[in-house]
Parts: sequence; structure tokens; C-alpha cells
Amino acid sequence: MDGTEGGLGMTTLTPVLTANWDRADSFTLQGYGEYEAAKKALGMEPDAIIKAVKDSGLRGRGGAGFPTGMKWGFIPQGDGKAHYLVVNADESEPGTCKDIPLMMANPHALVEGIIITAYAIRANQAFIYIRGEVLHVIRRVQAAVREAYEKGYLGTDILGSGYDLELVVHSGAGAYICGEETALLDSLEGYRGQPRLKPPFPAVAGLYACPTVINNVESVASVPSIIGNGADWFASMGTEKSKGFGIFSLSGHVTRPGQYEAPLGITLRELLDMAGGIRAGHRLKFWTPGGSSTPIFTDEHLDVPLDFESVGAKGSMLGTRALQIFDETTCVVRAVLRWTEFYAHESCGKCTPCREGTYWLKQVLRRLEKGQGTEEDLTTITDIADNILGRSFCALGDGATSPIHSSVKHFRDEYLKHFEIGGCPFDPAASTVWGKA
Amino acid sequence: MTTYSPEVRERLERDAKEIIGRYPKSRSALLPLLHLVQAEEGFVSDAGQEFCAEMLGLTKAEVVGVSTFYTMYKRKPAGEFHVGVCINSLCAIMGGDQIWEELAEHVGVGNGDTTSDGKVSLERIECNAACDFAPVMMVNWEFFDNQTPDSAKRLVDDLRAGKEVAPTRGPGRLCSFKEASRVLAGLPDGQAGDGPSAAGPSLEGLKIAKANGWTAPKGASE
Repeated sequence: MDGTEGGLGMTTLTPVLTANWDRADSFTLQGYGEYEAAKKALGMEPDAIIKAVKDSGLRGRGGAGFPTGMKWGFIPQGDGKAHYLVVNADESEPGTCKDIPLMMANPHALVEGIIITAYAIRANQAFIYIRGEVLHVIRRVQAAVREAYEKGYLGTDILGSGYDLELVVHSGAGAYICGEETALLDSLEGYRGQPRLKPPFPAVAGLYACPTVINNVESVASVPSIIGNGADWFASMGTEKSKGFGIFSLSGHVTRPGQYEAPLGITLRELLDMAGGIRAGHRLKFWTPGGSSTPIFTDEHLDVPLDFESVGAKGSMLGTRALQIFDETTCVVRAVLRWTEFYAHESCGKCTPCREGTYWLKQVLRRLEKGQGTEEDLTTITDIADNILGRSFCALGDGATSPIHSSVKHFRDEYLKHFEIGGCPFDPAASTVWGKA
Repeated sequence: MTTYSPEVRERLERDAKEIIGRYPKSRSALLPLLHLVQAEEGFVSDAGQEFCAEMLGLTKAEVVGVSTFYTMYKRKPAGEFHVGVCINSLCAIMGGDQIWEELAEHVGVGNGDTTSDGKVSLERIECNAACDFAPVMMVNWEFFDNQTPDSAKRLVDDLRAGKEVAPTRGPGRLCSFKEASRVLAGLPDGQAGDGPSAAGPSLEGLKIAKANGWTAPKGASE
């Protein structure tokens, strides 16, 4: 069985990156296996690798969904400059929790993917920029890199191919903004992590002003399977324009939260079936398809195929497939307030719409949540959000507006209820894990 | 301003030079070096920032401009055990808010503060990428999954009493905040092999796939 079962169109799980996670030694070379795909790749022309990844249809797994092979193809060749590969392992988008377990359980998939990717774009230096707040994951990645060096998969003249690659594991220091690729580059260069103006794009002037590819962990970790099994194999999964598999992370009020690796295009209804449904005695109220920066969905959207196009057509974004599930005990105003406080906290301060806008959104939402707001406040928060969206320097500001706009659209009455009764109509104790059904 | 003793300085210089040597341009080593000086004193001190500036040929103002941007660099000593409670929406709603309230009251310190015995500091943290284990806490940036108000209070009591405490996904022994900072500087502590590959929710999908015989299509490499 391979992703669809019995002709009924039911989507099934397709473990690839997660397939070895139940092995006690999955994070070692012994548990991962020899780097067969890297060996194969080092015998190929770099352009043939780029073509294979283009043909596979792999799109960036960090949220934006940009075609990975096309991104690699933008690196100018024969330009005499150093090229760099930087892996974005700064997973911090609220709700997103796939790269962290992936690097803890299967770091060699990432390291092997880095070798293939760097070789394809003709880079001799690569970095893994990993958020600092995940100590054991950093240990695992450091150890995998060391093991790869010892085996001759990294360093000079890798496996006798004549190709050299150095790989540095670099820990961040607590800044969501560094997940934005140009802020990440500034941070990696030893500066405050603030986004850069584009153009020039990193493919032309990235790290140290040299051509640079920045890819998400899961994107790079998917590359060995594409080289090993072929572009057609990868493209046989997923939908026409959103090919392949991805890790879907279910969290919140669901019976069995966790990591579910499936073809793109699976629906929340199918995933919930596998995960035992919403926790007993409760029903779905709202959810994020891809983290807090993607507009929320409701129970109307259970059958939306979770691929880039279908989610976009319904007014949200596939993002990082971070499915945060909330049942009817949850106050949507409270959830939105806490996300907004997050964006205000993490705004880097570079541009005015985001720095000031998130600050004011936070103030007004606090008032609303306490039941001290007015209907005019709803106009105010949507006005502020309108003035951030499309006017901020990077996507952090845009992301901050997603929970505002979508919650007011779907749950306007719930906002109104707060100031009608002069407080929050929900009991926060009922939403907790230990709250009674 | 205090400065490092000659012995400490010599040791730090050795570590710093090794770290700087990994990067094509030395300034890239600034974040690791800030982790390194934090490993020495449990916070990023004046002396530490001066040291980073000297090692990298920067002004101290340039270093302070960077260190104050990142929340993991502490400007006053963190506890031996730096305890974080996730209060981002999902964890907050799943119980993180109640955990924070009860824990802060129990410990008697607020956000960013350290107990008078220097053992425990508390922080309200943002999403730590373990949402399927909500509510989540971190101690010295190790995972303490699926917490309750009672488990949180017990955990902190155990830490203050000097009892051995182990993360849910991590080494058998919890390291100190300073030791953790050293790993973040890029100096491994040899404990990567400890703990499970994956646990609990991380394995749900794989378990269901195996139980149903679901796999990815056969590929050329199989």
C-alpha cells in the first residue's frame, strides 16, 4: 500500500523520514545506514542532481513552499565566488514541531541531504543554524556531523570524489525572527538577527555576500530519498502541484497528538481519524493548518486537502503543516491574544508597521479578552492588521495579522460576547489536559 | 568591572580560538562566543562581552548590541537550573498558564528572576517545538514533556533539593545551565547517545503505519 488504499481514495501514511525513529540507534550511522544516496550523487553531474530535485516537485518544507530545485538553480555557476549552503533549523513557528524530532531521531538524513545539496550547488561550506533552546537535539546533530567526518563523508576529498565539504553546527540564541532567511544570515554573520532588503536575494548575495542556498531541515532531509529512489518515486506521492510526503504535526485537543508523515493532500479529517479524533467528549472548534502565522480554519475545513494550492484557495496557507487543534472549550480571543503577544515579543524592531502594530494589537487584545473592549476595538485591530499586512519589512509582520483577521472573520460573535458580559465566557480550566470532559 | 583570572582567560582563549577557526569570517563566531562566556559565569557579563570583543576585534558596543538582541543571553546570573514554562497559545491553553501561575507562586520568583539560593530561575518561554507533548517545560533547554502543575512543582523542589532529575527526552542526568551553554558554544559534552531516539507522540504516526501495513511506495533503492 502506497499512500492511497482500496480505490476509495483514502490517504494512508508514508513514513520515509520517520521510518527509523523507533530504532534505539536511529540517530547513529549504524541505525541510519551508509550514505548510499550521497555516494550515488557524488558520481553524478551536479546539474543532474538539480534537475532530479526539480523533476521531483519538492517544494520547500519550511512554510513558503518554493520549489527547491528551482532555488538551487538560481545559484550562479562559474562565478568564481564561494557558495554556501545554510540549513534553516531554527524551527520556532508556534505549533511547528517536526524538524526538532526529526533532527533528534534521524540527524543523518539531514547530514546526507546536506552533502548532496552542497555538491549540487557547488558549495564547499555548509552550516546548520539550529535554534539554541533544544540542547539534546543540538547534541545529536553535533554527533552525527562528527560521525560523518570520521567516516569520510565530510571533509576533504569525500569518499575519493575530489569534492570537499566542511559543515558547521551553529546554535542560535533565542530569536524567532532568525527563522526568516535573511535575518538568519545576519545572525550567522554575528549580527542582530534582522531581515535584509531583497533584492539582492540570497542566491546572488547571501552569506558574506556570496551566493547562498537556505533550505529548511525537512526539505534537505528529503533529498537523499529523491536521489536514492528517483524523482518519479517522490512525485508519485502527493498532488499534482504539491508532490511528495511531509510530516504533519498534530497537537492540542486531539486523542493522539504526534507526528504523522503522509502525502501532501491528506485532509485533517483523515489525520484525525488516525489520531483517534478530538479528545473524548469534545468537538473541533478551530485549528491552524500550518502554524500560528497561517489563518485559522474551523470545522468547515475538515475536508480541505492539505496541499499548498487547496489550503491557499480556502484563504489560509499550508505553512509548516503544524496542525494545532482546539476544541469548543477554547476561547479564540485568548489564543489570538497569546499569539499576538508572541509576535510583539519577537518583532525585531526594524520596521515601524510590525514593531508598533504588534505592540498596539497586544494592548487592544488584552482589553478585549478581559471584556473591557468595545465593538470599535474590533475595527481598530482589523485596521492595525491591515496596516501591517503587506507593509512590513518581512513575513513576521504579515504572519501576525493572520490570527487577527481570520479569528474576527470566523468568530466575531465570540469577541462581542466578551464585552457583552464584561469578561471571558470560557473557563480556562476546561481546556487543560487535566480539565474534565 | 571584574576581569577573568589569567588561568580562566587562558582556557577561554583556547576554546574561543578553536571556535573562531571553524568560520570563514571571525565575526560569525560571536554567538557561540557569547554562549561560551555564559558557560563561564551563568550569564553574559561585562567581562565576557569585553572578552568577545577582544577575540573578534570588535568594539564592546558592537558586542552588547548583539547580546541584548537574543533572549537566551542573560544579563544577570541565571539559576543553576533555568526553568522555562511554555506560555504560547497551545501550551498555555493545554495547561501552561496554570502551571506558570502555580509554579511562580510556589517558587516565589517572577519571570526572569532567580531564587536567593541561586538554584532556580524561571522564564515564560515561547513555543519550543514540542507542541505534541503539551504542556511543555524546559530546564536548561532540555525537554520536560507533558507537565502538570504538580509535576512542575515537584520538579523544581527536586532540583532545589539536589535530587537527580532526568529530562523526558535527553540524557540520564540533567546538566547545569553553564554546562548547557558550553554545548551551545559548539563544545560537545559526549552525551548525544543518551536518551531515546524518539518517544511518545513522535512515534504515533509510525506506529499506526506499521499496524496497518502502510508504507511509502517501493523505490529504486529497495
